[in-house]
Amino acid sequence: MTDSRAKALGGLLARQGILVAFVLFMVGFALWNPRFIGIDNVFGVIRSSAILGVMALGVTFVVIGGNLDLSVGSMMSFSAIVVLDLHENPAFGPALAIPAMFAMTMALGALIGFLVGYLKLNSLIVTLGMLSAIHGLTLAYSGGQNMDIANQQATWFGVFGRGTVAGVPIPVLMFGGLALILAVILAKTPFGRKVYAVGGNGTAATFSGIPRARVVFMTYLISSFCVATAGLIQASRTMGAQNTVGQGMELEVLAAVILGGASLLGGSGTVFKTVIGVLILGFIQNGLLLAGLQFYAQFVVTWVIIILAVWLDIAAKRGRLWSPIA
Amino acid sequence: MTKPTLSGLIKNGAIWGFIVLELIFFSVAGHFWSMSESAFMDFGNMLLLLKQSAPIGIIAVGMTVIMINGNIDLSVGATYALSAVVMLDSMSWPIFAGLGDWVIPVAWLLALLTGVTLGLINGLIVWKTGVDAFIVTLGAMLGYRGLVFMYNGEQPTYHLNWTMVDIAEANVLGLETPSLVLIAVVVIVWLLMTRTVHGRNAYAIGDNREAAVNAGIRVGPHMLLNFALIGFLSALSAVAFYSASGSVNPNDGTLFELWAITAVVLGGTKLTGGSGSIIGTFGGVIAIQLLRKGLGYIGADTETVNLVIGTILIAVLFLDKQLNRKGQEELKV
Amino acid sequence: MTDQTPALRLENIVKTFPGVRALGGVSFEVFPGEVHALMGENGAGKSTLMKVLGGIYQPEEGRIFVEEVQTVMTSPLQAKAKGVMFIHQELSLAEELSVAENVYLGELPRKSFGRVDWARLYAQTDEILDRLKVSFNARTRVGDLSIANQQMVEIARALTVEAKAVIFDEPTASLTDAEKVVLFDVISDLRADGVGIVYISHRMEEIFKITDRISVLRDGEYRGTLVTAETDEDEITQMMIGRSLDLSRNAAPVEVGEVALRVEGLSCGDLFQDVSFELRQGEVVGFYGLVGAGRTEIAETLFGLRTPSSGRIFLKDEELKISSPIEAIGHGISLVPESRKEQGLILGMNCRDNITLPQVDDMTAGPFVADGAEVAIFDQYRDRLQIKTPSWRTSVGSLSGGNQQKIVIGKWLAMRPDVLIVDEPTRGIDVGSKSEIHNLLRDLAAQGYAVMVISSEMPEVLHVSDRIIAMYHGRIMRKFGVGEVTEDSLVQAISGIGGDGQAA
Repeated sequence: MTDSRAKALGGLLARQGILVAFVLFMVGFALWNPRFIGIDNVFGVIRSSAILGVMALGVTFVVIGGNLDLSVGSMMSFSAIVVLDLHENPAFGPALAIPAMFAMTMALGALIGFLVGYLKLNSLIVTLGMLSAIHGLTLAYSGGQNMDIANQQATWFGVFGRGTVAGVPIPVLMFGGLALILAVILAKTPFGRKVYAVGGNGTAATFSGIPRARVVFMTYLISSFCVATAGLIQASRTMGAQNTVGQGMELEVLAAVILGGASLLGGSGTVFKTVIGVLILGFIQNGLLLAGLQFYAQFVVTWVIIILAVWLDIAAKRGRLWSPIA
Repeated sequence: MTKPTLSGLIKNGAIWGFIVLELIFFSVAGHFWSMSESAFMDFGNMLLLLKQSAPIGIIAVGMTVIMINGNIDLSVGATYALSAVVMLDSMSWPIFAGLGDWVIPVAWLLALLTGVTLGLINGLIVWKTGVDAFIVTLGAMLGYRGLVFMYNGEQPTYHLNWTMVDIAEANVLGLETPSLVLIAVVVIVWLLMTRTVHGRNAYAIGDNREAAVNAGIRVGPHMLLNFALIGFLSALSAVAFYSASGSVNPNDGTLFELWAITAVVLGGTKLTGGSGSIIGTFGGVIAIQLLRKGLGYIGADTETVNLVIGTILIAVLFLDKQLNRKGQEELKV
Repeated sequence: MTDQTPALRLENIVKTFPGVRALGGVSFEVFPGEVHALMGENGAGKSTLMKVLGGIYQPEEGRIFVEEVQTVMTSPLQAKAKGVMFIHQELSLAEELSVAENVYLGELPRKSFGRVDWARLYAQTDEILDRLKVSFNARTRVGDLSIANQQMVEIARALTVEAKAVIFDEPTASLTDAEKVVLFDVISDLRADGVGIVYISHRMEEIFKITDRISVLRDGEYRGTLVTAETDEDEITQMMIGRSLDLSRNAAPVEVGEVALRVEGLSCGDLFQDVSFELRQGEVVGFYGLVGAGRTEIAETLFGLRTPSSGRIFLKDEELKISSPIEAIGHGISLVPESRKEQGLILGMNCRDNITLPQVDDMTAGPFVADGAEVAIFDQYRDRLQIKTPSWRTSVGSLSGGNQQKIVIGKWLAMRPDVLIVDEPTRGIDVGSKSEIHNLLRDLAAQGYAVMVISSEMPEVLHVSDRIIAMYHGRIMRKFGVGEVTEDSLVQAISGIGGDGQAA
């Protein structure tokens, strides 16, 4: 193979490698077991990926904007606990509980956005601190108790997690719908353009008159909106929640976003790619289960895939497989 | 090793000042609110505190080295759990049946070997692929945890050996084994980082990688060694803790990476590498544990600890930023 | 001297980059005990030559000899092993470490078990520091030193080996006069020890003070070597600039319009003080001075990126407070910044999106970005500035420097500004694009724009400017009206000599 062809192939793999891998993986498994791409199985996978997926959509904005969000897991626990608690509160009920929970969760997002955007504090540490602080807040709010809906028959609250429309599970619709809206915002609006600019080169964006702080602030607000949605789905599906329900998800979410091809340096990635990243994680888990491997093998496979994906991406960019580190 | 300066003194001293403040606050506040009869600064209480700091503390020392070197390791919690599983499980392997209590050092060795291997894997990947350590160890965190679960499903792994428990709970001058291990690790790694060529080169690499490379320092082997070290320390932490408890849940060690990083940052290590101290991290670990105990002591919900620690972490970051501002003339970007 | 063996000799070095011949056969040599100046305008190839010497670039042709032994340089480390040391303009020190650790970076003396032999390290370092007569010792943390002292640490590093040749790259750029004296003492000590010294600098006074010979580069070509004692500034300038300068354009009548921008007594801390000037429609005003003279900082202040400590800014007689680039843009001020890659462009973004970035909010159809309108703007400026790119989808990171710079200029022209500030318009771009950009700047003035050009290249500033403002140490040293400027007076003004009273 000539050098330029290798480069072209490398370029294609770098741009669409993850999609190619996904398609190959799906085709391979479908040939082996047609049930794998049966409609029930597909909906099942997407539904179980929806919570992680919705969170990953928001984190995609944060990461493209050049920051990290490690607080989404504990924030999701917070929103699930809050919405369940307010649901049980006679003064609220489901109709008021949901908007109240969104407001409270997004207030947390706004706080992070203020700290990272306007005060320019390091996002890794801020969201690490918020991970801990929000976890404490959740425990304090719930008094350390898990939350349950006492009379599950008497409420329509379960519709977000358990309902279907024309055979399609509602969590799938919410994930799909939100993905579509956010994809359009990111790809087609001036705001989306600014997110890429700020993440790609914050200094140059400032020199171009882009309000960097406000854009970063908005990415965290979007992230917290997505977290609130995920918390709603979670709470509704189980009609109850442990106050650690989202624990550890922050890193899985990040893994999905990176797998989709967003760079941690910011400025690259798309909503579509993140959806692919989420689906890959979901279908790997499902495929390995169908293949008779144990549930936890998926984590090992995910590890290998994440590193391979990022490695091949940067190898294509630098034009050599192995790093030049001495 | 350099001449102390005022700003350096303030920075290095800050964490100890904070610890003193905590001690005073909880002693005084405890006077009014505590339900306990004994004083907060009771000697036994302090010894217990040291012991409770050990699992995170030992790992945080390794994390300091990694962060000074300019990397990060998110897989320490999973490494900790997997090493513990290997240790406890290996004690009942048939091939070791004839060893009697000599199985104990063998099991320890296997656990430490596991930790070093996992660390080496991370280090090799970071070195050879050039993928950012954040991503490599994020993946490893999932992968290693997957291995833990694959080992024994969601069941705990346990093996109780009373001799081992005796060793683990041995007491020298009032210090129990985990405390001794923590102190030894702090001293040895402090010496490593301040006195050896490897330690000084690790600082140089984190501080100015290009300068280090131009001066002929080989970045890769140093990083590899440091990842092996943090793997070893994660395993050592598991050895110190699980020798006594004898039972490990597959979820043990979750979030340890975040606690360790919190302690390291509180201890004054820069996120960008090149600066930080083992002693500072030790202070950070003690400060967190003190806060945890102190809040419990004055009857605050233990849950409040998370809230307070998170807030303090952000406040420290904010203060650091304010102290390092260059004033009005600064370019506004 | 010719009977000696040269410490370092370069023979016919050629280095090309895609589209640019950076070095076209450069030869020169330095003898032991000689201080040999290497001069040339920015972009003449000095830094490329240094990178070839340091093994960072491999030349396509030519040979390097150290004491007449042919050597292939593969890395700075290897160059050091051969006895060729560099004192870089940009410091490469680990700030958190001690002076001694920096001096012996990568080769700390060892004891058993990999321990550092601190006693030996400090003793050796202090010995070197004594030779340099510095006020700090081996244990001082490098981050606590002034820039000048940090430079001394770099020099100390060069003294750890038996250096055969030491290359100083603009060593005085950030030094005070007192610090310069110390540096020159060090250089004469080195010379007395028989080290060959290559001294890169723009500053004539220094060149005449300490060098024995001067080699000149222009546009990557070797132009010749002069004996310092037998030449003068004019001859060197002629060689550096090449042609006898075309100053006729300056004498031509300029049709200037109203005052577009007026600045009164503007100061910003230590960066610049008491700066006053006017910028009229239809003229190009050049700001000339050495690096660090405060020119870029003035531009950044006018663009809302710095807060002035005092002074007033008027745009068309209306006083303004500009506290952010957004406000500056709103008032019709545009800035093409100094650093194209760090400040000017989002390298991963495509050409079109970079050009329309400042006005993306206005280019909408409903809530969405109007693709068609964006492409139309891109096409317009691609044609007008003759930007060579395969398509608007190409990411700007893959374009040549000249085309990248045109994208930045296009971005700001598309905002239709009243005042266009251009900082280092042609830094690091090829000769062809250079003259295109010069012509463009002239055209813009002719169309009535008020243009402020900041440049460190004398030919550029002379060529494009109607009037020139010379700065020195944060102050305006002298203002040259149309046709008033001479090279001598300009060189003197930026060196702090012969101002017209504004400077203290």
